[in-house]
Amino acid sequence: MLEIVFFYIAATVALIATVMAMTRANAIHALIYLIVSLLAVAVIFFLIGAPFAAALEIVIYAGAIMVLFVFVIMMLNLGEKGDKQERQWLKPGIWAGPAILSVILLVELLIVIGDVNGPVSVSAVSAKEVGLSLFGPYVLAVEIAAMLLLAGLVGSFHLGRRYLERDHIEKGSSQ
Amino acid sequence: MDGLNIPLNHILLVSSLLFAIGMLGLMIRRNIIFILMSLEVMLNAAALAFVAAGAHWEQPDGQVVFMLILTVAAAEVAVGLGLVLQVQKRFKTLDMDHANRMQG
Amino acid sequence: MSETIWVIPLIPLLSSVMLMLFGSRLKITHIGFLGVASVGISALLTLVLAVEFMQNQQIIQESLWTWMEVAGFAPGISFYFDGLTLVMMSVITGVGFLIHLFSTEFMEKDPSYARYFAYLNMFVAAMLVLVMADNLLLLYLGWEGVGVCSYLLVGFWYQHNANGQAARKAFIVTRIGDTAMALGLLLLFTELGTLDIQAMVGAANQTWQIGDSIPLIACLLIICGAVGKSAQLPLHTWLPDAMAGPTPVSALIHAATMVTAGVYLIARTHGLFLLAPTAMTVVAVIGIATSLMAAFTALMQTDIKRILAYSTISQIGYMFLALGVGAWSAGIFHLMTHAFFKALLFLGSGAIIHCLHHEHNIFKMGGLRTRMPVTFWSFMIGSAALAALPMTSGFFSKDQILLQAYQLPDLGPGLWMAGLLGALLTAIYSFRLVFVVFFGEANTEPDKDTGWRMAVPLSVLCFLAMIGGYFMIPVAEVFPASDGSHPAHWVEYVSISVPLVGLLVAYLVFFNRRLNIDGLANSTVGKSLGNFWLSGWGIDWLYDHLFVRPYYGLANLLKSEPVDGIYGLIVALNQTFNHWLSAAQSGRMRWYLASMVAGLIILITLAANLPTGVLQ
Repeated sequence: MLEIVFFYIAATVALIATVMAMTRANAIHALIYLIVSLLAVAVIFFLIGAPFAAALEIVIYAGAIMVLFVFVIMMLNLGEKGDKQERQWLKPGIWAGPAILSVILLVELLIVIGDVNGPVSVSAVSAKEVGLSLFGPYVLAVEIAAMLLLAGLVGSFHLGRRYLERDHIEKGSSQ
Repeated sequence: MDGLNIPLNHILLVSSLLFAIGMLGLMIRRNIIFILMSLEVMLNAAALAFVAAGAHWEQPDGQVVFMLILTVAAAEVAVGLGLVLQVQKRFKTLDMDHANRMQG
Repeated sequence: MSETIWVIPLIPLLSSVMLMLFGSRLKITHIGFLGVASVGISALLTLVLAVEFMQNQQIIQESLWTWMEVAGFAPGISFYFDGLTLVMMSVITGVGFLIHLFSTEFMEKDPSYARYFAYLNMFVAAMLVLVMADNLLLLYLGWEGVGVCSYLLVGFWYQHNANGQAARKAFIVTRIGDTAMALGLLLLFTELGTLDIQAMVGAANQTWQIGDSIPLIACLLIICGAVGKSAQLPLHTWLPDAMAGPTPVSALIHAATMVTAGVYLIARTHGLFLLAPTAMTVVAVIGIATSLMAAFTALMQTDIKRILAYSTISQIGYMFLALGVGAWSAGIFHLMTHAFFKALLFLGSGAIIHCLHHEHNIFKMGGLRTRMPVTFWSFMIGSAALAALPMTSGFFSKDQILLQAYQLPDLGPGLWMAGLLGALLTAIYSFRLVFVVFFGEANTEPDKDTGWRMAVPLSVLCFLAMIGGYFMIPVAEVFPASDGSHPAHWVEYVSISVPLVGLLVAYLVFFNRRLNIDGLANSTVGKSLGNFWLSGWGIDWLYDHLFVRPYYGLANLLKSEPVDGIYGLIVALNQTFNHWLSAAQSGRMRWYLASMVAGLIILITLAANLPTGVLQ
């Protein structure tokens, strides 16, 4: 019973926080709303018996990835000018079309999930079980994920290094 | 397994709403950083649906896919943010509509 | 000589080729000499040939080589020579020589002297090929050859747009008849398997009975060709306009030789026409109708050359009448005498035009009798022969035609009456011309009289026009003999007297003006009738509205290429789609995203609506 109440509270928090994150002009504000949204989803994970997923959601999503965003935003140093620009871009005129498309998609998704019934088990699927199936039947997927991460690593290093290098050169030449 | 458990379709409803909101954000924002954030929201919504389905069948597979999604999200953000830096460097703006010429 | 008749058309042809190739480098005197001498040699050779023929009456058939050989169809470059050919050749080379000589003076000042003689020589060569051809295909070659030369010479002064149009009109109108004639030749070949004239006529007589439909159709198609070339109704409209060419050309091509090619063709294939009496009636009716129509029109014309042109149409109408009633030799006889006196008249008018600075209107001439005596006498004799006054050449030939027409059962007297009316009109208009141009007050002053190169041909033609009627043309072997019966004497007397009445009328009206027709001419009916005749019975107007304008309308319609429009539509659709698709490639990320979402929506809709199992 308590779990159900908690679920609805967490769901409401997640939806509101996401809406706020999507509509903010200031990137840091949006980011913090997004972290709240992610934390609320983590609560839902915990409630539906996936504590390991909940932990990962907090540690990697809300932690690592969001921190990466924060770093980049700080490096870009957008400030007040960026906020004004964002507000200008968020005029009501450009909402109409995307909103209609999104609503249509939402209605379709609702129709598709309309005939799904049945409860969700609250009994936890433990980290051990997840680990067994990860390195059991899904080991190939794990290998591919590893390669993807490696590619991401190399790619971001390459992009970021050129950025820094050029920065240095420009600074050097300006001095 | 009493009738007071959380209904699966409510969780899927939340997931769909998150997905739709993320998509809306994706389409209306012009700033690349917000676009990346919207992508995160959409990935997260998909992950929620997987985990809920896994919980429904009491199988670990949902969480396995959640972890794979996590991996994809991490890699995508790493490369995406690197691109953000480059775009800012080259065009002096984060407006996606300005970066509409493909250059080598 | 009889072994080498092919030389006769070859000489003018060679001269023509030489003039075309080297004409610009030769002196004027040399060009004139070459042009005249080539035809002169041909004329001499023809004379030699004629003397030989008179002695031994030998028909010559000469085959040079096979032109082409396709599936049993093997027309040769081969010539056939008999009395009819001799008459035609004599006219072509003899009159042609005189006209060439006349031209040397007439065209003296023209910068395109060599071109003129090249065309004229080529015409003579083509015309000789036409009359000497042994088979109908070679005849057709000559037929088209003279058509081309006629086109080139009518449009000789091509710098004026009107001349070019007259040339095109002449070419296109005759082409209508020629197409029908080509169909006739094809029909004859498919039915009889040969185009050699003698063999064909023989085969036709064995294959068909009199009155069969196939010879009738073939004859009608040949008549179409003859009607086009000889300027008979309804294809006569080109001839008056063809007067745009130099006057000697009108004399040679449009009076003496080419326009009589239709008469020659029908006479040459008379064996076929005898199998189709209906076709002969058609020929007679066309002839007499044309004759009357043209005579009425000639009454009203004021352009000296147009009067002569309509008179030519009218006289060829008489020849057709002769052919139609079976008076073959009378028709050919009239062809010859007509060649003499009409060439004479045309050359005379050429002399007038030459000396009066290209004045064509007869009412601006007048009183030329004393100042251009040679021309005056030429015109007097020519007009007398044209009007068929007794003892002139025209009298004998026209008299024969009318008498034989009278003897035709049923239609005969009617044709005779109509012919008499035509003869009356002929006398009136020809002497109207003489009285208006040569008598009365002088309106213009000729700057010179004719030189010897004009005077000699005129004198010779005068002589021929006077005595031409006493010639015995050697065609008795060619045509079936007439029964030799004579109509009652009064018929003959009437025939003789009618032209005299015409002369008297013309004298009273146009010379001493006893008979005043101004009141009649100025009345409403008289005026509208006069205008109607002046316009050539409105036939040009009719054709313009019936054929030319609808054709132009159609051409204008097709100018926008409606059929291509279909393909143009395909192109336009592709381009439109291309524009849409390239507009989709805008480079704007949010547009791509929206498109992707729209696609996603469509996919989900499809997936949700598909029955289970389809996607698996």
